[in-house]
Amino acid sequence: MAGNEFSVKLLIWRQSGPAQPGELASYTMDNVLPEMSLLEMLDLLNEKLTAEGIDPVAFDSDCREGICGTCGLVINGIAHGPHSGAATCEVRMRSFSDGETIVIEPFRAASFPVIKDLVVDRAAFDRIMQAGGYVSINTGSAPEANSIPVPRPHAESAMDAAACIGCAACVAACPNASASLFTSAKISQYAQLPQGRAEAKRRVVRMVDAMDEEGFGNCSNHGECEAVCPKEISIFNIGRMRREYLKAVL
Amino acid sequence: MAGLTDITRSTVGKKLLNGLTGLLLCGFIVSHLTGNLLLLVGREAFNQYAYFLHSLGHGAVVPIMEVGLVMLFGAHAISGISVARSRRRARPDGYKKSANAGGTSRKSLASRSMIVTGTVLLIFVILHVAQFKLGWGQLRDYPDVMIDGHASVDLYSRVVDWFNWAPMVGLYVVVMLMLGNHLRHGFWSAFQTLGANNPRYENLINTAGMLFAAAMAVGFLLIPIYIFLFVEPTAGSSLAAG
Ligand code: HEM
Ligand code: SF4
Ligand code: FES
Repeated sequence: MAGNEFSVKLLIWRQSGPAQPGELASYTMDNVLPEMSLLEMLDLLNEKLTAEGIDPVAFDSDCREGICGTCGLVINGIAHGPHSGAATCEVRMRSFSDGETIVIEPFRAASFPVIKDLVVDRAAFDRIMQAGGYVSINTGSAPEANSIPVPRPHAESAMDAAACIGCAACVAACPNASASLFTSAKISQYAQLPQGRAEAKRRVVRMVDAMDEEGFGNCSNHGECEAVCPKEISIFNIGRMRREYLKAVL
Repeated sequence: MAGLTDITRSTVGKKLLNGLTGLLLCGFIVSHLTGNLLLLVGREAFNQYAYFLHSLGHGAVVPIMEVGLVMLFGAHAISGISVARSRRRARPDGYKKSANAGGTSRKSLASRSMIVTGTVLLIFVILHVAQFKLGWGQLRDYPDVMIDGHASVDLYSRVVDWFNWAPMVGLYVVVMLMLGNHLRHGFWSAFQTLGANNPRYENLINTAGMLFAAAMAVGFLLIPIYIFLFVEPTAGSSLAAG
């Protein structure tokens, strides 16, 4: 084990509560191992802080294997850090070098108020889902496979969209804090399947309205969202959302 | 339920309006450039063309087009400004450190400066119309020329005299480079906005957008530069002396 430890300097956003002002606090972590995850490194930092009587850094995580969408940090200016197609919990310390300064900030959007330190309230996404991210009839058990034919490309494309884990990195990375990628993924996962098609028009209008009511920004087609998305959700879904919207209002 | 008015209400609607009007404006500048290249052919050809346009439909076509263009620019500018402004409300507190994600991101200087290049274009278009259509600030009166037995404005001389003045040429060069930048992101972006972008054609649309942006910028640049270098100012213009 000995030999490959290194140290990093951390600049971490500390904010004691939603209404309190926050600032970047500086910490140094020694004995960091390349195979540690970034979150494990933060766990060690918190043990150290606790031992020193300092309030540990609050951050979110759950599965720590890139499937739940709970984690989410902006690492050196990039949501979910330096790797494409990976969540914050999948970032390893080998991505950083000895003596490097790592700046860690919460996902920033007016619609995602900071609760504490690096934890933000992403309930706005739940409210967008409540507005139409469902099929309101009971589809029962799986029907006989040939009774509802689904073209394979539609099935694949719907599955790709359904891979969204609702982490909100797309909002964090967007210069406009737009929720278009998330909302379009949810719309796309239903719009291409027969069960979801029936309510497609009502769904797209309601979900877009909900997205707007939450105060997210408009989309400038920068495409930063796709680049940071741990599930590599494509911005073609945003194009589909707009087509569906146009169909619904015409 | 939902109706067409939603287009002006929701973010998706406004973006659709911005993309559609942007693409229509692309169509307009193609025809504008094509006609104006006649300036390089000569006095006769260009003044004939101006007369031809103004005589279309017993003179009714140009005013109708003008109203349409004012609405097009207006709708495009209002929707574009609304998209750009949405970020201020949506992200009041920025990041201490921000970086580009790279990878498949399409974010560029062009995409980030749409509001800047767009605002410059808006101011420019107003001044451009005042300058050439209304004849503001011109240095002398241009007597009408006779075309097919009709009196018609001598637009050629007005243009040639303005473009013999170096600062005016410089201004046009700067603004046309901004137009090129607006279109470098804008052309592809409009297809993405209208849902007409897809994995198979994305590279094609992107390349076409680059070529289109370059063609428009270079095409419009050519006119003032060519006139400045190769066409003498008209007699009687005070700039002719200098
Ligand atoms: C020669 C005239 C113009 C042409 C050909 C043009 C073309 C375009 C195109 C094709 C787009 C892409 C639309 C989309 O993303 O869906 C666009 C976007 C935009 N235009 Fe223009 N435009 C022109 C003038 C203007 C003017 C006068 C403004 C005034 C402010 C403006 C502001 C904008 C803005 C802010 C955007 C980007 C909106 C965003 O953030 O997504 N443009 N333009
Ligand atoms: S689209 Fe991607 S970045 Fe956005 S919430 Fe879904 S998984 Fe996260
Ligand atoms: S903690 Fe579950 S995706 Fe990162």
